Amino acid sequence: MSGTTPWISWTILAPLAGATLSVLVARRAVPIAVIASAATIVSVAATVGQVASAGAVSSAAGAWGAPLGITLRADGFGALMLATFGVVGPLVSLQAIGRRGGPRARRFLVLWLFAWASLNALALSADVFNLYVTVELVTLAAVGLIVVERDRRALAAGLRYLLLSLVGSLFYLMGVALLYAATATLDTELLGERVTPEPASWTALALMTAGLCLKAGLCPLHAWVPPAYTSAPPAVSALLSGLIGKAPYVVLVRLWVEVFPGSLGGGAARLLGALGALGIFWGSLLALRARRLKRVLAYSSVAHVGYLFLFFPLGTAGAWAGAAYVAVSHAAASASMFMAVEVVERSVGHDMLDATKGVAHRRPLTFVALGLAGMSLMGLPPSGGFVAKWLLARAALERGEWWWAAVVIAGGLLSAGYVFPILRGAFAPQRRSPELRRAPRHAELVSLSLAVVALALGLIPLRLMALLKLAGRS
Amino acid sequence: MTLETTLPLWVLLTSLIPGVLLFFLPERRHGVRTTINISAACAKLALTAVMVRGVYAGRRYETRIPFLADVDILLRADPFALLFVTLSAALWLATTAYAVGYLEGSPHRSRFFGFFSLCVASTMGIALAGNLLTFFVFYEMLTITTYPLVVHRGTIEALRAGDVYLRYTIGGGAVFLAGVVLIYSLLGPLDFVERGALPLAAREHRVALVVAFVLLVGGLAVKAALFPLHRWLPEAMVAPAPVSALLHAVAVVKAGAFGITRVVYDVYGVRLAHELGVMRPLAILAAFTIVYGSVQALTQRDLKRRLAYSTVSQISYIVLGVAIFGTLSTIGGIVHLVHQGLMKVTLFFCAGNLAEELGIHEVSALRGVGRRMPLTMGAFTVGALGMIGVPPVAGWITKWYLGLGAFTAGEPWVVAVLGASALLNAAYFLPLVYDAWFAAPASVWRAPSGRAEVNLWLLVPTLTTAALSLAVGVFAGFDFSPLGWAKLIARREFAE
Repeated sequence: MSGTTPWISWTILAPLAGATLSVLVARRAVPIAVIASAATIVSVAATVGQVASAGAVSSAAGAWGAPLGITLRADGFGALMLATFGVVGPLVSLQAIGRRGGPRARRFLVLWLFAWASLNALALSADVFNLYVTVELVTLAAVGLIVVERDRRALAAGLRYLLLSLVGSLFYLMGVALLYAATATLDTELLGERVTPEPASWTALALMTAGLCLKAGLCPLHAWVPPAYTSAPPAVSALLSGLIGKAPYVVLVRLWVEVFPGSLGGGAARLLGALGALGIFWGSLLALRARRLKRVLAYSSVAHVGYLFLFFPLGTAGAWAGAAYVAVSHAAASASMFMAVEVVERSVGHDMLDATKGVAHRRPLTFVALGLAGMSLMGLPPSGGFVAKWLLARAALERGEWWWAAVVIAGGLLSAGYVFPILRGAFAPQRRSPELRRAPRHAELVSLSLAVVALALGLIPLRLMALLKLAGRS
Repeated sequence: MTLETTLPLWVLLTSLIPGVLLFFLPERRHGVRTTINISAACAKLALTAVMVRGVYAGRRYETRIPFLADVDILLRADPFALLFVTLSAALWLATTAYAVGYLEGSPHRSRFFGFFSLCVASTMGIALAGNLLTFFVFYEMLTITTYPLVVHRGTIEALRAGDVYLRYTIGGGAVFLAGVVLIYSLLGPLDFVERGALPLAAREHRVALVVAFVLLVGGLAVKAALFPLHRWLPEAMVAPAPVSALLHAVAVVKAGAFGITRVVYDVYGVRLAHELGVMRPLAILAAFTIVYGSVQALTQRDLKRRLAYSTVSQISYIVLGVAIFGTLSTIGGIVHLVHQGLMKVTLFFCAGNLAEELGIHEVSALRGVGRRMPLTMGAFTVGALGMIGVPPVAGWITKWYLGLGAFTAGEPWVVAVLGASALLNAAYFLPLVYDAWFAAPASVWRAPSGRAEVNLWLLVPTLTTAALSLAVGVFAGFDFSPLGWAKLIARREFAE
């Protein structure tokens, strides 16, 4: 099998090679990054295509079989995440390529390629230890990205993120050790067969879940999120909030769906759901009070992490589709919003809420991007966010648990409360019209393209749904 | 890809495509913009005419686009959809022409007409929606695309009105969505069907059905401006006159009333709705809103505010007609969708003419204005008489059918409500009309700048809609009149 499907390995090798080469040949960093990105996109597309036509594909790295070697496996969920990373990430990284290779842009590109390789590896990993390694690699890349501008606030936020993340990893690793002691395997499929309901496995699940929740920024463990997202450059925040923040969740889903499927819908799952609901309300309320655009978006990300966790108490295929759709559409919409904030910040010089005043007329593309991406965050149709909320609410009502549906709909209302003030500024009269500074044109276009992706997700959801169904695990 | 499967989509696209194009048009290309606008409106009207003829001959037009596993986006031209499509398409043409004149020389016209077209596209989607999900998608699009029009002037008052508008409509949308999801999760996807889409088996979920009905109608009641969810409408009158016309006649409040009608007749079915016992409270609420709106209108000094409260009252005629069981009241309610639209758009055009030409905003400033602007005031008089219910203007037909229907259904109290409302309407319209024609002018008006009393772009649409309000009353007996068409719809809803 490994001989016929080399693409799956190249989704990791290509960005990794790109990262390494652009460190070595620093002068040619940008062209190398472009070539590596193109190669990665091709392999991602090929892998997703294979999954779509043939179902799950796998490949054993180094031709070592399952319990011993490293197996890469792309199922529907993995392919969906691959595709998300492969569309949103390169678009965001375009803004660095557009800056023609200053040292900062170079650092950004290297770190992004490294993060991309780790993210792809994470989406394709099929054993709990590899998942641990990849999630660690993603964290390291993320810390590097946060401090890419080397300013003091970012350094503090990056360190905080690193420390908390390590605590989370420690918890996770303890869980892995417990599982290995009890079952003598790390492969998720084998674990699923061997795990027995006994205190050791419950402790393992609890430890691993707690660690991942901390990494994912689930309320009330979200304290590290706002400083990290607000002190990093907007393009980095776009990657953090859109893609990297989803990585721990992917691991969590694998853990619950493949290793502990019996726990879905149970008491512990309901606790996760309740924390998710808490996150939706608390994050939205803080976003409503925030006065800076980046802060609004950071808290909005906290709220959206909450939606992801509504899957656990419901545990149905519909809820899973909904949560996956939240992940995908939020990735596009949030990244688009952060890139638009980049344009606003550079044009006006700050990112206070009223910074959008006047931007609408002078930077119409950015305004359209804010509007479209904002619609997706609010869950208004037609947008990916609407499809996601529709699926979640319907899944909740089909199980007769109307309160989760109420949370979803109330969350949408709250998000309208913090998104519209951003758009409203655009229609406000301008008391004075200060000269806008030059803003990067490509950042505008990146933001708009991502917003269009978020919109398109709401127009053609069937294709992606079909991909998700292939996994057929839940 | 036959005409039958693509025509509804094209009716939508004839305003969606121009809407998107207009955003990219440089601000100063006024000629091109007007050409795009008017030709798109005419194209839509022509397509609508084709569909009206086809549906009358028994053809079906349906565009179905798969959306989610078991849910489709469905656009379908049934007779009720076409009633709304025709009204909106015709009034869009009139309002677009009016807006061209009204906004002459003001900034941000590309943005304005862009959103204006998107608004109408959303309205077409609402009218042609073949199931609740499709309806919801366009219902929310309408909210989003009207907001920039409400705040178009960018003043503090406009922004505040915009906030009120959003708070109400987004909230209403969320409640409506809850109802839609509830119905889908109970019974799976349902397309609208005449006499009700709910299967017989649905009756066992009695409580859930009542809850869903309250959520659906509660959400729609915001746009339909039913008491106590009406407050956004008078606030929104700070918007430019063509936008008021859009809110009050072409699109927004109509979308609410149309939606309520759809839910009652084509989702629940009128019999089931009455069985569930939800129609009587709705009728009482509508009756109260009718009287309440009229009383409020009486106390308003600002002309547009008075008209806005009059809309609050008039839209509830539609809801009342829907809520009373029987063919006759149904006809009355449905036909008022068109009648109220024509008359109210006329009145708002007149208010716009007065404000634009003479700077008149207060009711008291109307004294003697009939001498300076006889055509405008003539149109205003037609509209006002229609609202009161004086034959042969369209309004009386509505009241006649509503009253007759109420008697037949054994609800004579409704006739008292109609009578009271007619009196109140007379009380807030007639003094105004009398003053305009017979009182001595309060000030010296400046002479008209052109040959007509006001810019022709403003005058012609005003006179056209006034004439139409008269014509649909006079020629009500024809099959293709709104009344004839409403009879066709009611017959199909009540057929055994």
